[in-house]
Amino acid sequence: MNYETIIGLEVHAELSTKTKAFCSCKNEFGGEVNTNCCPICMGYPGALPVLNKKVVEYAVRAGLALNCHISLFSKTDRKNYFYPDLPKAYQISQFDLPLCRDGRIKIEIDGQDKHIGITRIHIEEDAGKLLHGTESEDYSLVDFNRSGVPLIEIVSEPDLRSPLEARLYLEKLKGILEYLEISDCKMQEGSLRCDANISIRPVGQKSFGIKTEIKNMNSMKALQRALEYEEERHRRILSQGGTIIQETRRWDEAKGITVSMRTKEQADDYRNFPEPDLVPIVLDKEWIESIRKDLPELPDDKRKRFVKEFGIPEYDASILTLTKELSNFFEECAKGHKNPKAVSNWVMGEVLRIMKEEDIELKDLNIKPQSLGRLIDLVDEGVLSSTGAKQVFEEMYKTGEEPEVLVDRLGLKQISDEDAIAELVKKVVDENQKTVEDYKRGKTNALGYLVGQCMKASKGKANPQLINKMLRDLLS
Amino acid sequence: MIEKKELLNIASLAKLKLSEEDEEKITKKFNLVLNYARMFDELDLENVEPLVNINNLSNVMREDEPMESYDRETLLANAPEKLYGCIKVSKIIE
Repeated sequence: MNYETIIGLEVHAELSTKTKAFCSCKNEFGGEVNTNCCPICMGYPGALPVLNKKVVEYAVRAGLALNCHISLFSKTDRKNYFYPDLPKAYQISQFDLPLCRDGRIKIEIDGQDKHIGITRIHIEEDAGKLLHGTESEDYSLVDFNRSGVPLIEIVSEPDLRSPLEARLYLEKLKGILEYLEISDCKMQEGSLRCDANISIRPVGQKSFGIKTEIKNMNSMKALQRALEYEEERHRRILSQGGTIIQETRRWDEAKGITVSMRTKEQADDYRNFPEPDLVPIVLDKEWIESIRKDLPELPDDKRKRFVKEFGIPEYDASILTLTKELSNFFEECAKGHKNPKAVSNWVMGEVLRIMKEEDIELKDLNIKPQSLGRLIDLVDEGVLSSTGAKQVFEEMYKTGEEPEVLVDRLGLKQISDEDAIAELVKKVVDENQKTVEDYKRGKTNALGYLVGQCMKASKGKANPQLINKMLRDLLS
Repeated sequence: MIEKKELLNIASLAKLKLSEEDEEKITKKFNLVLNYARMFDELDLENVEPLVNINNLSNVMREDEPMESYDRETLLANAPEKLYGCIKVSKIIE
């Protein structure tokens, strides 16, 4: 039987405000345990929360960028459950009146645009962090530095039809949140977290199948892999006549499988009710419009602009605008450069390669965009061969030195002096009369051999384009 | 009247283990409260908006400016058990 996959994502993004959502403690990652805490975020009886205005502003910014309807009236609610990382035994969240709803994100799949619906975006607080010791230790420790850190939860409609679509959606969403400068969006550090709901149904069936929820995916790749695994697991069970159990499953990255965490026999019973310690959030249209006016350029707009301004292909622009950092790097490098397409090739090629290989971020690259621009100039001017340029790039990364200095030090300066090359070419032709005859008889690949001999004679420093041209001229 | 199944569910949500004796006692008390609240049924609430907040305020917010946090020793003073600057709890298995 043919099955169709249905996926919806719940994404939590920690907001990069200076302070927590309901108290003035610092919102800071990696601080000494339990030092950014107070009676409010540690849930002491009688402590009263006061909402951080920036949290509302950031959430509205996200809502506007994701084409949501912004609620003029919304409120907070208590979501009740017991867990040691939740000191009040309830999380302040939004239940029936979220700040934003009915938005959408555009993704591109197989060259087609597809809109993925956003059900809602609401604000809530993060929980503390549980630290687990070794297996032999019979305790866990709680650090409340993260308790009360503001989050937005972005819930998608079940519009995603494949693990790849889910990944593209999350990449797009992450890009937008980064452009908005409202979240660090680091999946490894947990400032961007994603849970996925997945089910499958026979093609043509209207109603949804039984879904499972998967958690603990710490990268884009993990999200896609976990969903691919789960999709296959559903298929296997159904095609063998079995039934899916509605449950929450944890992605085990090392083993590449999902494992059952808990069975959901009944709907979660969080007994939501309005938070009596906080007052409603009433927004006026003018304020919302002023935020809309101040929205930065978003990935889609930037992409169109790059195509227009730099004449690079649509594909290049879509890769270069995926993250704000990369797009800024490219733009700084390409602005005023004679050869923006070459800049694009370098950024998409060598820059992304080295970032991936060394597992570093752009800010740790140690290469200024202007320096890369000049390296490309050296190639365009014939001073450096493209292989030589890659060597220089590698050294620039290692030493942080400028390309001109490295070309000299590494002795990579290409011979573009026509007289010198002419002499070289003449010598090679004299010494390889047989190959020359072959070439003249129509064996065109003999030319490649001659170019190779010239390069060898110049110890790799001659400009191959120039050699090529001169050989053709000489032999024609 | 509250059913036994419902009572046990509520007890489990509150992480309470009830003895049979407790069950009987609490069922009685529960029903007293429920009956009291049943008075609301007599009201005509057809055109009444749900109450969100009793004091008619809105938008009480603060600026995003950090203030000094509390001293850790003070905050942890009430913790039954602590270790390495953290509150120590029973082992939680994910």
